[in-house]
Amino acid sequence: MAEATDPVTQTALLTTADGRPLKTALAEAQAKARRRAFLLVVPLILFVIMTFLIPIGYMLKRSFEHDGFASSAPAMVAWFAANPDFDPTNPPEEAYAALVSDLARMQVEKTTGMAGTRINYSVPGTISLFKGGARAAKNLTPPFKEALLAVDAEWGRPALWRGMQSASHVYTAEFYLVASDRKLTDDGWARGGDKERIYLYLFFKTFLISGIITFLCLLLAFPVAHLLATLPMAKSSLLMIFVLLPFWTSLLVRTTSWIALLQEQGVANDLLVALGLITEEGRLTMMYNMTGTIVAMTHVLLPFMILPLYSVMKVIPPSYARAARSLGATSWTTFRRVYLPQTLPGIAAGSLLVFILAVGYYITPALVGGADGQLISNLISFHMSKSNWSLAAAIAAMLLASILLLYWLYDRLVGIDRLKFG
Amino acid sequence: MALPTYASPLERIWYYTYIVICVLVFLFLIAPILIVIPLSFNAEPYFTFTPKMLAFDPAGYGLRWYDALLTLGHPNADAVRDGAWWTTVWERSTWVQAAKNSFWVGLWATILATTLGTIAALGLSRPEMPYRRLIMALMISPMIVPIIIIAVGMSFFYAKACVAPDSAWFSVFGMFLSEKGCLANSHLGVIVAHAVLGIPFVIITVTATLSGFDQSLIRAAHSLGANPRTTFFKVIMPLILPGVISGALFAFVTSFDEVVAVLFIAGPDQQTIPRQMFNGIREAISPAILAVATILVVISVMLLATVELLRRRSDRLRGVTGR
Repeated sequence: MAEATDPVTQTALLTTADGRPLKTALAEAQAKARRRAFLLVVPLILFVIMTFLIPIGYMLKRSFEHDGFASSAPAMVAWFAANPDFDPTNPPEEAYAALVSDLARMQVEKTTGMAGTRINYSVPGTISLFKGGARAAKNLTPPFKEALLAVDAEWGRPALWRGMQSASHVYTAEFYLVASDRKLTDDGWARGGDKERIYLYLFFKTFLISGIITFLCLLLAFPVAHLLATLPMAKSSLLMIFVLLPFWTSLLVRTTSWIALLQEQGVANDLLVALGLITEEGRLTMMYNMTGTIVAMTHVLLPFMILPLYSVMKVIPPSYARAARSLGATSWTTFRRVYLPQTLPGIAAGSLLVFILAVGYYITPALVGGADGQLISNLISFHMSKSNWSLAAAIAAMLLASILLLYWLYDRLVGIDRLKFG
Repeated sequence: MALPTYASPLERIWYYTYIVICVLVFLFLIAPILIVIPLSFNAEPYFTFTPKMLAFDPAGYGLRWYDALLTLGHPNADAVRDGAWWTTVWERSTWVQAAKNSFWVGLWATILATTLGTIAALGLSRPEMPYRRLIMALMISPMIVPIIIIAVGMSFFYAKACVAPDSAWFSVFGMFLSEKGCLANSHLGVIVAHAVLGIPFVIITVTATLSGFDQSLIRAAHSLGANPRTTFFKVIMPLILPGVISGALFAFVTSFDEVVAVLFIAGPDQQTIPRQMFNGIREAISPAILAVATILVVISVMLLATVELLRRRSDRLRGVTGR
């Protein structure tokens, strides 16, 4: 601005010893300090990018990528590329010719399983179809369409042709559709029947179980955290060991203990039988099912609820409750209207943390969950062990998205720098 | 919360109920951990208390399952226990090998995580740190992101992270990598994975210590003529050391207890204690697992005691009384 705004020109006149304007010197010094602080963090950032972000990026890439069919069926890939708008209900003779030549090549190169598996994700039941087709392919003579359909009429299914067209691209979003319980029908992608809704059902179940565990943790943690926060320091430090020891004990040890305690021939059942509460035949099944998962996970995650609750309750002044009482509130009203609202930050912090950790839990359900106590992580592991890498990656990506959403919420509501142990 | 003198009878009943509830929760927390200790001295292959044990009959107790830890994988377990026998235990026994692997992997992962994490925490706790929140969120995320996702990502990435066995790189890094020159199935791969998992704990504990750190001490040291190195080793380090050690112990425990990443990225040469336990629990569950569990409980009690002592010292130094 032209009319020399006085303060600015005057401060600009102030200079450092070597004649630079003070403002620039300060800005430079601050920039330097920022650079210095940042430089300290750079090695760790690089390390985390290399060993954490890139692997996760790889996983995301994998969830969009599968070349099982595209790499083993070059003639089909070329034909699909040339005829993107073909009619899947009635593919022409040259398409069948390409398919038969590819099937013959698969038989030679032993890639039938790979190609069949790829199609099998979206059109279930095609692995054996491909194996049969590949075995017969070299003896087939034109016209290929009739010849191949004579081997197996399934080759004419529109769903199969749609599936092959989609699989001719290396990159696809198909695995996300499969992981959302969609499958290819003759009319295109559609939801599977009720019995086939395994993935979304398991997501739902995982969130439900995590919610139950979070609630149980809150229920158990609240009185204990309150006791720890209100006892004199010497006593509460002693009792704190009860909370911190499980925290420091190996997860596998705790899971083992629960197996020893809750299995059918375990300590809890023996005790109940000895007390005469149940009969020898009526031993309760508390392990290798959903109950086992919930009990063991509640135990494992309870310290994560107690510690944030404790640190919030610790700083609530007891005078507020006393003031409420002196003003005539009953103890219940005091708790409900005065104490509880002040503990809400702790409840939010603990619940979110426990919920986040529970949603991604793997080891405990894998060991004590049996058949119906498995969570989404165990499904990812299952597909990894079956070499269904892209599908596993797609489910993992969906889980990751929900976790990041919760993490963002946690940061918003609680702030990550508030995380503390003990 | 002591009971006030004006409490009504109903409030008294509620107060004692509350105490009982708390005792039960403490029991729930601690009993499952303590129960493995007597069970591990079972003389029989059962997972529960035998009638003999309940009668405190000495014959019901024994070191049978601790012995089993030594002899599993031993080529001639029943031979005379002379020096050669013990040497074989040290070199061949499955559990001893697992313990050695766990220890070395844990140690290197801890060194890596603690060094990188402490330096970064120093930067993160400076008031002028740019993008602080974002970087903090990134550093803590290995603790938040489900371990299965990290393990899956790493298993994809490590299989590709290879150097050709005949290249110059292999002659440098080959000894840390697998025979094929990959991070998969290598000790380095496991160490790096565990270091990433330990970093959040180091960052959290060290920044917590630094939050009570008086930044003007650094300026004082500078004004008295100390260079950055002297300032770091003579002023900063002694003050934050308890936090750094706590963080290191957290990182070590994280690695020592980690099984999922090991299951996905490690080969048979990287058998660790948790992996051995995991397989043991899944396949044939024997009370030998309880013996390992007992040893681990003892270790965690010692670690917890160390961390508690360090925290008290740190609080004393900072002039904070109590927690």
